[in-house]
Amino acid sequence: MMNRSRRSTRKTVLVVAAAATATALLAAGCSSTGGAKAASGGSAVSAGKAGTAHMTFAMITHAAPGDTFWDIVRKGAEAAAAKDNVTLQYSNDQVASKQAALVNNAVAAKVDGIALTLSTPDAIIPAAKQAEAAGIPVSAFNQGESYWQQAGAIGYFGSDEKVAGAALADRLNTLGAKHDLCVIQQQGSVALEDRCAGVKSSFKGTTDTIYVNGADMSSVLSTLEAKLKQDSSIDQVTALGAPIALTALQAISAAGSSAKVSTFDLNQQAAADIKSGKIEFSVDQQPYLEGYLAVDALWLYKINGDTVGGGKPTLTGPAFVDSSNISAVYQYAVNGTR
Amino acid sequence: MTAPATTPSPPPVTASAARRTADRPLLTRLLVRPEVGALIGAIAVYILFWAVAPSFRPLGSLSLVLYQASTLGLMALPVGLLMIGGEFDLSAGVAVTTSSLTASMFCYQFTTNVWVGVAVALVVSLAIGFFNGVMLVKTKLPSFLVTLGTFLMLQGLNIAITKLVTGNVATNDISDIQGFASAHDVFAADISIGGVSVKVTVFWWIASVAVGSWVLLRTRFGNWTFAVGGQKDSARAVGVPVARTKIILFVLVGLGAWFVGMHQLFQFNTVQSGTGTGNELLYIVAAVIGGCLLTGGFGSVVGPAIGAFIFGMVSQGIVFAGWDANWFQFFLGLMLLGAMLLNTWVQRQAARR
Repeated sequence: MMNRSRRSTRKTVLVVAAAATATALLAAGCSSTGGAKAASGGSAVSAGKAGTAHMTFAMITHAAPGDTFWDIVRKGAEAAAAKDNVTLQYSNDQVASKQAALVNNAVAAKVDGIALTLSTPDAIIPAAKQAEAAGIPVSAFNQGESYWQQAGAIGYFGSDEKVAGAALADRLNTLGAKHDLCVIQQQGSVALEDRCAGVKSSFKGTTDTIYVNGADMSSVLSTLEAKLKQDSSIDQVTALGAPIALTALQAISAAGSSAKVSTFDLNQQAAADIKSGKIEFSVDQQPYLEGYLAVDALWLYKINGDTVGGGKPTLTGPAFVDSSNISAVYQYAVNGTR
Repeated sequence: MTAPATTPSPPPVTASAARRTADRPLLTRLLVRPEVGALIGAIAVYILFWAVAPSFRPLGSLSLVLYQASTLGLMALPVGLLMIGGEFDLSAGVAVTTSSLTASMFCYQFTTNVWVGVAVALVVSLAIGFFNGVMLVKTKLPSFLVTLGTFLMLQGLNIAITKLVTGNVATNDISDIQGFASAHDVFAADISIGGVSVKVTVFWWIASVAVGSWVLLRTRFGNWTFAVGGQKDSARAVGVPVARTKIILFVLVGLGAWFVGMHQLFQFNTVQSGTGTGNELLYIVAAVIGGCLLTGGFGSVVGPAIGAFIFGMVSQGIVFAGWDANWFQFFLGLMLLGAMLLNTWVQRQAARR
């Protein structure tokens, strides 16, 4: 008894002490710099709302969960859906067979239109055909430039990764880079491999490819640093995603290398680094636009029978973002829509 | 509260091993230590890369290997202890990301000093460990299942809450918030030793290995850990608080996740909400290479540290050696398998003598 009561007193004292410390910390812990208070509220894109009949579209992608790029695609799609008086059902799965199953589910749910990525054509095309057989129009985006017609889609919105890689390499050629390191953060990803293949095909100097574990930034940092130390002739690092580009900057300074950084895609901090000149440029395929157009094309088809692109793919990139045009793009990157 | 185990019975496995080997030659006694196989493996891997990769030789490269080993090892340590205690934690990888997301979003949204965010993240991380432990003890389900549930839930929460709070799937820039510089110094500083820059995590890692080893081998809690992992029922029969020991072991994993999460945050400033998955297996791999048994009851603290070091050497060594990038994962797997085979072989040789 004695023991127990002493213990509970001690517990109370501990709880009180913890609460007091927490309060003190909070009271004393305000920051006068940075944070949400200092951030200017960026307004979301809004284009009013169409008076057409309400519809439900499904958007089905092969995105990895939590991926910045796909988050921007989805934002574009949501913006178009809001404008078009459409309810958007977004779903994604990296595994082709599961993505196909998601398409089948949407067909069974009798949605009014489906926007999908043809990342693995063999798996997704039969599902797309099934949708069309059920009278549901399909638009393709992001991947499947050579397959969307075969899949019977009403249009394609995206950027060819190999062409984008080649465009980046041309830029490096004019900038005078001699030895490029292309960093793939997910081994086996078709899109990423294509980007590096594109770079390699057009770059006049040497191109090395390296694989890093994108799920663990410390390992990305040490692997890149090791590579830069191992081969001091590397004078250019090409990252295939904005977060990797930021880590590449750290690795370069830690390794005492003088390599420059170019990247694909954008995020807030990468945009800031392009502004300050730390990152030379970014090749942007405008993910927001891809998502927006894929949904908007379905809507136009439903309300007016329109098709976008005149039977040809509609390209959303490659677009370059560098010091010359970053000021026009910067605020949108901060808002998380570029 | 007088726990009946005041006179600690030495850890069952090593105790019997010690008795059996008391009259044996020193070499054999050394070889039955759980970490010795890993140590020999580490030396072999080091010599291999020293021979094939000139850029692997300078101290600066070793510092890089140690850095990668430290971020892995700081988690492999509590994960290894937990394995000695007979349990797994599959949520350890994403728990690291949860920790850095919590700190970052808290101090950004409420515009508090970053140290407040650090404290909140500590509470959350420990709570996750506590939750895992209590769920395990209450439901009596295998830890594999309980922590698989936590793993999936955290993975979803990381993305969903980040999206809800920031509107994006990565956190905002917190480098201009007060306290960032001092927190960076504690969790992510570079310390120059004789011209070689070493990440501060390496020192934290070495210090925690020393403390962890002392706790495991010299304290009552260490004995309990061996006991609950080896013979849970007889441990309970002699009065070891099985439930409490297991919960504390899970909380220690939470502590590790908090620290590594803070390093990630202050090293990289913004956090991607989808990262961390897959690392839980690397922690277990490091512990197993280091001689911790998958079945529990046997292992050490130094072992997982050496396991992490081997992993760091292999993954950096392949880069330093300039081997074809397409083969990277294959070589990594091959060398880890080799290190493990060597480890088991040494153990078996020692046991046979």
